Amino acid sequence: MNKVLPVIALVLCLAFCPRTHAEFVVEVTRGQENAIPIAVVPFMAADAPDASLDAAAVVRNDLSRSARFKTMDRKDMIEQPHAGAGISFDDWRRLGNDYILVGAMTPQGPDRYVIDFELYNVLNHQRLLGYQISANRAGLRLAGHQVADMVYDKILGVRGAFATRIAYVSVQGALPNKSYRLIVADADGENPHVVMQSNEPLMSPAWSPDGQSLAYVSFESRQPSVYVQLLKTGERKRVSAKAGVNQAPAWSPDGKKLALTLSTRDGNLDVYVLDLDGNTLTRITDDPGIDTEPQWSKDGLSLYFTSDRAGGPQIYRVGLKPGEHPKRLTFQGNYNARPRLSPDDSHLAFVTQEDGAYRIAVMDLNGRGDMQVLTKGQFDVSPSYAPNGAMIIYASRDRGRGVLALVSSDGRVQERLVSSEGEVQEPAWSPF
Amino acid sequence: MKKILSIACLCAVAALMAGCPKKTTTVEPPSAGSQVPGAGSTNANGQGAYASGSALGGDEGGAAGQGGPGGAVAKVIYFDFDKSDIKPEFAPIVQAHAQYLIAHPGAKLKLEGNTDERGTREYNIGLGERRAQAVRRALMLLGVSENQLTTVSFGAERPAVEGDDESAWAKNRRVQLVYTP
Repeated sequence: MNKVLPVIALVLCLAFCPRTHAEFVVEVTRGQENAIPIAVVPFMAADAPDASLDAAAVVRNDLSRSARFKTMDRKDMIEQPHAGAGISFDDWRRLGNDYILVGAMTPQGPDRYVIDFELYNVLNHQRLLGYQISANRAGLRLAGHQVADMVYDKILGVRGAFATRIAYVSVQGALPNKSYRLIVADADGENPHVVMQSNEPLMSPAWSPDGQSLAYVSFESRQPSVYVQLLKTGERKRVSAKAGVNQAPAWSPDGKKLALTLSTRDGNLDVYVLDLDGNTLTRITDDPGIDTEPQWSKDGLSLYFTSDRAGGPQIYRVGLKPGEHPKRLTFQGNYNARPRLSPDDSHLAFVTQEDGAYRIAVMDLNGRGDMQVLTKGQFDVSPSYAPNGAMIIYASRDRGRGVLALVSSDGRVQERLVSSEGEVQEPAWSPF
Repeated sequence: MKKILSIACLCAVAALMAGCPKKTTTVEPPSAGSQVPGAGSTNANGQGAYASGSALGGDEGGAAGQGGPGGAVAKVIYFDFDKSDIKPEFAPIVQAHAQYLIAHPGAKLKLEGNTDERGTREYNIGLGERRAQAVRRALMLLGVSENQLTTVSFGAERPAVEGDDESAWAKNRRVQLVYTP
């Protein structure tokens, strides 16, 4: 019985506490000029009773949030067809649309809905997609994200990342009684779930390549330790709790190793690789400066990391074969730190200092080392690429509060995720 | 005599306060490896497992911590931006703690390094550690045994005060000296 009560408390918490309401409102602060006009027609009858069943609204919000699309306002629609046969293409074209998505959602059984949807090119009447997708009520948002992914892929030729997730740290309360929550939400900020809660700092969430686990740093014992937690069961394992620093976990592409930062007794931080199977530790860097914030190359053969061995922090790459020496990659400016690789390994996103402000910059790894500063904030840190490489999510500050923001990897689209409460920081975008 | 008594009283009160664990509303942390049955099956995305941890009592290290030299001796050392050298005005504080630690070989001191909020979080952990190590080295140079000293860096994660300006940052770039049982 003793054992049952806490379990019930946890399940109650699961059911009520973490999923209070949507945590974010998206504001597009700078959009794209040549956004593609598309009409996403509601899948249900106009007088449908329940907004939580409105999967078409999820699709529309995803597409419009990507800023690659300009979605038609529903109140401007003169009719609402549910299948290709009902589309008056000339009317939709005159209203300025290049594409139209129609669908019909029908209930099948007590908690099952089937959506038949079609995507058409309005100009040549060509049918581009025609699929059926089914979901229970709780799964309808995910179904909407999947439809949006298919539309995005079909029209732009790039895999959509709407049906992915983000992890972030939320900080609530006033000093000295702050509480820290590690949260996983859908990529649009909806459906937030608390993964871990503590009265001591939580840091550095990192997704395993299979999207099943998070590695993170917790100070719950007033010392930093690295944990790996399986999201489905909550089962977690302390994988590093050495004396001193245990920080900045990063998964190897095969999910079998973690790169992380440890310190010697004299406080010298270096990058190590921990083999999660055998629990063996390999030292990668050996320098009296601060070496930290490691990140794997896609082939798993080298690490990118921050080091202040040359004075201020700069970004380096080191091969993992014995005897390889780190090579410095950033030379512009006196502060470049926390590298994150684009999913195709072609670009590096990182934090740079510019006019006393900290901003997100990218560098083409195949170019001449020139960097492009993407953001304009004062405290922009913690960049993380979407798994399709189209957007970068990062932590910013707005009127003294920690917020999350998005910028397209070319810098042309900027969005802010306005959180309803507390401070949010350290976003990490999940893999596909 | 009267003065000594009242100081003794203050010390006792301070010790009591420091010894009282704060009430927390967090649920008990599950033991490592525990599972929440059914939690994973309640939603389609495979999310929702929930773990929790809580502080082991204790308080902000600034004025608290048990033991240490008398109440007049500060337990915080402040640093300049991006610096980890101990400024001359803090030397007497380091000396006072060194004397106490040498006179009380059983006393243990934890040095908590902190930074202001600027910069990346993990690099700031490195800077905080560097500051904690600077105080550790200074104490050891004054004859304190290595075994009495531990360090931890909170980087920018545990600011002393909130605020996005220099007056707040100056108060956050610090090492807190926390005597541990």
